[in-house]
Amino acid sequence: MYGFEAMTFNIHGGYLEAIVRGYRSGLLTAADYNNLCQCETLDDIKMHLSATEYGPYLQNEPSPLHTTTIVEKCTLKLVDEYKHMLTQATEPLSTFLEYITYGHMIDNVVLIVTGTLHERDVQELLEKCHPLGMFDSIATLAVAQNMRELYRLVLVDTPLAPYFSECITSEDLDDMNIEIMRNTLYKAYLEDFYRFCQKLGGATAEIMSDLLAFEADRRAVNITINSIGTELTREDRRKLYSNFGLLYPYGHEELAICEDIDQVRGAMEKYPPYQSIFSKLSYGESQMLDKAFYEEEVKRLCLSFEQQFHYAVFFAYMRLREQEIRNLMWISECVAQNQKSRVHDSVVFIF
Amino acid sequence: MEYIDRLPSMDLMRSEKMMLAQLILPVESAHRAVSYLGQLGLLQFRDLNDDKSPFQRTFVNQVKRCAEMSRKLRFFKDQIHKAGLMLSPHPASETDIELEELEAGLAEHEHELIEMNHNCEKLQKTYNELLEFKMVLQKAGDFLMPDGNHSAAQDTELDENVHINSDYADSASLLEPMRHGYGYMQPGMSDQFGVKFVSGVICKSKALRFERMLFRTTRGNMLFNQAPADDPIVDLASNEMVENTVFMVFFSGEQARKKIHKICEAFGANCYPVPEDSIKRRQITRDVLSRLSELETTLDAGLRHRDAALSSIGFQLTKWMNMVRREKAIYDTLNMLNFDVTKKCLVGEGWCPIFAKTMVIFILDIFHNIADSQVGIIFHVMDSNESPPTFFRTNHFTNAYQEIVDAYGVAKYQEANPAVYTVITFPFLFAVMFGDWGHGICLLLGALVLIAREKRLGSQKLGSFMEMLFGGRYVLLLMSLFSIYCGVIYNEFFSVPFHIFGSSAYKCRDATCSKARTIGLIKVGDTYPFGVDPSWRGSRSELPFLNSLKMKMSILFGVSQMNLGIIISYFNARFFNNSIDIKYQFVPQMIFLNSLFGYLSLLIIIKWCTGSQADLYHVMIYMFLSPFEDLGENKLFWGQGVLQVILLLVAVIAVPWMLFPKPFILKRLHTERFQGRAYGILGTSDMYSDDEPDSARHPHGEEEFNFSEVFVHQMIHSIEFVLGAVSNTASYLRLWALSLAHSELSTVFYEKVLLLAWGYNNFMIHLVGLAVFAFATAFILLMMETLSAFLHALRLHWVEFQNKFYSGDGYKFKPFSFASLTDEDD
Repeated sequence: MYGFEAMTFNIHGGYLEAIVRGYRSGLLTAADYNNLCQCETLDDIKMHLSATEYGPYLQNEPSPLHTTTIVEKCTLKLVDEYKHMLTQATEPLSTFLEYITYGHMIDNVVLIVTGTLHERDVQELLEKCHPLGMFDSIATLAVAQNMRELYRLVLVDTPLAPYFSECITSEDLDDMNIEIMRNTLYKAYLEDFYRFCQKLGGATAEIMSDLLAFEADRRAVNITINSIGTELTREDRRKLYSNFGLLYPYGHEELAICEDIDQVRGAMEKYPPYQSIFSKLSYGESQMLDKAFYEEEVKRLCLSFEQQFHYAVFFAYMRLREQEIRNLMWISECVAQNQKSRVHDSVVFIF
Repeated sequence: MEYIDRLPSMDLMRSEKMMLAQLILPVESAHRAVSYLGQLGLLQFRDLNDDKSPFQRTFVNQVKRCAEMSRKLRFFKDQIHKAGLMLSPHPASETDIELEELEAGLAEHEHELIEMNHNCEKLQKTYNELLEFKMVLQKAGDFLMPDGNHSAAQDTELDENVHINSDYADSASLLEPMRHGYGYMQPGMSDQFGVKFVSGVICKSKALRFERMLFRTTRGNMLFNQAPADDPIVDLASNEMVENTVFMVFFSGEQARKKIHKICEAFGANCYPVPEDSIKRRQITRDVLSRLSELETTLDAGLRHRDAALSSIGFQLTKWMNMVRREKAIYDTLNMLNFDVTKKCLVGEGWCPIFAKTMVIFILDIFHNIADSQVGIIFHVMDSNESPPTFFRTNHFTNAYQEIVDAYGVAKYQEANPAVYTVITFPFLFAVMFGDWGHGICLLLGALVLIAREKRLGSQKLGSFMEMLFGGRYVLLLMSLFSIYCGVIYNEFFSVPFHIFGSSAYKCRDATCSKARTIGLIKVGDTYPFGVDPSWRGSRSELPFLNSLKMKMSILFGVSQMNLGIIISYFNARFFNNSIDIKYQFVPQMIFLNSLFGYLSLLIIIKWCTGSQADLYHVMIYMFLSPFEDLGENKLFWGQGVLQVILLLVAVIAVPWMLFPKPFILKRLHTERFQGRAYGILGTSDMYSDDEPDSARHPHGEEEFNFSEVFVHQMIHSIEFVLGAVSNTASYLRLWALSLAHSELSTVFYEKVLLLAWGYNNFMIHLVGLAVFAFATAFILLMMETLSAFLHALRLHWVEFQNKFYSGDGYKFKPFSFASLTDEDD
């Protein structure tokens, strides 16, 4: 019943929407970032963060701080908030919230599999995993030798199982097909999430389809750029694009045959929303593309808070917090390595 | 007018006079000077470095050090708590130590403690491993030597195994009779069939998933045996007891072994090699047991050592925490100060009540003598355009009332404080709604208990609800006293009337009293001397009588309280020398309110005194509808018709009076000031720049005078007052409504529960009736009714009373004081 969410939304979703909007008001502002960028040491950063909502998470850290500790604690806060929301949520919001974590789950799977391939210690790898994407038997991923085993042993129990249908092969794992697996999984995940949001209907479907379409298009561009000059065939590349989004289907055709960054640019500039992103970049440059995409994403995520009675605020909040943690990590790294001139290179202001 | 000026000043009526003081402290003694001021607690520093972020301030390093120290202290507290020791509440009275010393000491203690924890953990880990090993060894014996009973419930595969096993054993026994038995044959079997096993311990909650994973990896070609471990083991990460399961996996093939080991690793299962030979096993078990007992003693000794260290820390922890908290507060305050030009002095500004000036100077003098520094501390008064903070000196008793007023808004500097009147009017209006001396006594007992235990309750942490009750104990006391008083007037004791002040004035017409409810009673004696005659209870006209009484009474209270509010606005205007407000706001407001509702009150009183039958509704309504009509039988006194016309005229005139003149006069004043401005501003700004270069008075531009805005503002005010006069008077009728509801509710509980139960001749029913009555009284009447009457009284004060005069846009005086620092960051 599109347009009538206001009548019934608050019965189940009202409390959590209030909560998430409260969390959102705790995001760091431009003034905070300006102050953080002036910090001389990591202790200064800690001191500044202790005045924000991160305070309780950092106050008990002994003094010689590391960037990893800061990031870890900030992530912990995000995870705590997520868990709080998840325990309070009812259907279909709880499923929606779970969907948000699947992306991390895919990343974790890939991380562990790649790590084992290069004979890294499992415990060490587990520490690097994003806590939102953890599942019970994640450590057993190390046992698997090929995709089929991976699926049969471990992933069959996880929500990722359905996404695997396209990439079950008996080939041994190597870097290339792990990367293909990641993108196939991500494609399936995005499509599934998209379908789920469409099923929810209303403002959620409207806003989420916009956000997810952007995500799908961004991935398509990234896949294209990263696969230029590799042995990935055009047909295979085409298969990794998600079957929705602004670029689907004609843009995908064009992207699939791109051979260098300028051709990508040519293909993308036909789409008005992406024109502004590419117009910021000079020809032949792809370094700043990530930041431009992040900025565009943050803008869209912030806009989703303008409307009420929909679930996209939860997705937007999680993404914004992750962006904030990336910002903090960059700032801390710059401060720790005395590269303060580069501090503004990668920080995306949220407000 | 002079008489009013000569009245003694009330402390609570106006907030303390404040002054802005400037302190110039030599850098080297600033820290100690500030600590002295913190002990005094009468100076509120202004933040002069508002534009700087926290880590750009002067004393940021010290603040960081304090934060680090308090982190260590929190760590100690946490450790002490974990070890189950108590903090000693009374800190050891040792000589004061320096902060640097403390810092070093804390670092040392922390290092020591961490090392001890580390050692303990290592020992504990070894201990756990041994314990697990022991359990595995014990259970492994059962797995390797399964007897029929044990494995009956196991899956058939096992039985098959056993079967093969025993067959083999039979044949083998011929060769090696000494090694007869299933267990011994297992190794032989494993050699022959390539069956190997891995044994270990896994957390119970993971066991099922572990088994499933093993099954999947080996495609079912394995045998999983498990048994619950006997004792739970302390998990080092969470410090909790964890139930474990001992498992033993039989499998074949090298590939499977690798996988199983990986899975064990992934699940965090600890694997222990178990020798297949039972003699060896027994030997190892003995070994393990002896090492376990050794370790146990070491572990105990380590724990004892750590506990001793912790308790010695705990002895002083409270003191250290106070000290660090103070230091942090001092440095936070120092961060608010500015360096002067020479960088040798710190300059601070702060608000200070004028009465405290001598104290501050005295303290600084003492400090100067002690410190013996060459440069003294300079303390001088500055003038400021900023509105000073509001500071009322309250005591235990008045504090709660001041809180009630502050909850609405903190008074503007030196504004009349409604809390003075609230002390009495609040509990009184509450009691009007809660009049029952039985309930009043219950409340009184509660309040007395709280007051009697004041010392003990005050020193401990209470829950939020108790905290509220305890904070309002004196409010509760007065509320209960007044409700006893009102209850005696209403003559209700749990809704039952009593003949306290002699007998009733009324009697039945005949001995049987059969017609009492229909025809009524006859009056025989004098009027009942105090309160409501007990004979009204249960009579036919009880409700009409009580309603009429309470309704009129509420209007009288309301009109008098609103008048009080307007009169206070007069004192406010007088205090701030605002004659416009007196002439064009106070006077017409007084006239308007009293010509309508003051007149109504007069009619009520006349009606009570004369016993007239006049209909007051009629009088009031027709006063507006047809003012010149004859009043007829509703006439109460001579000249009433003329008076009404005059009053109506005056009221009508009062409305434009309060609406129009004030904005026009303000406009005229503004233009006058604007013409003479050139000289005035020039003179003053010159003067300031001469003698006080860093004065807090910033020359501010002439404010824009927006006539339409002022006019609209005034219009809103006037309309609000005129409408408010009607609606506020009506609002006071809640006194009647709540009081009626309270008495009816208690009557219902008394008659329909207690009396009904007493009608039966059964002890059990009596008991049940009494219990229901007691619960209803306690929870509905004493708790919920109290709360609702409290809220209504609160509303009457915040809205009906305070909107007549109270602006409430000030801010509170928050002095830098060590006393207010306690436990705020815990």
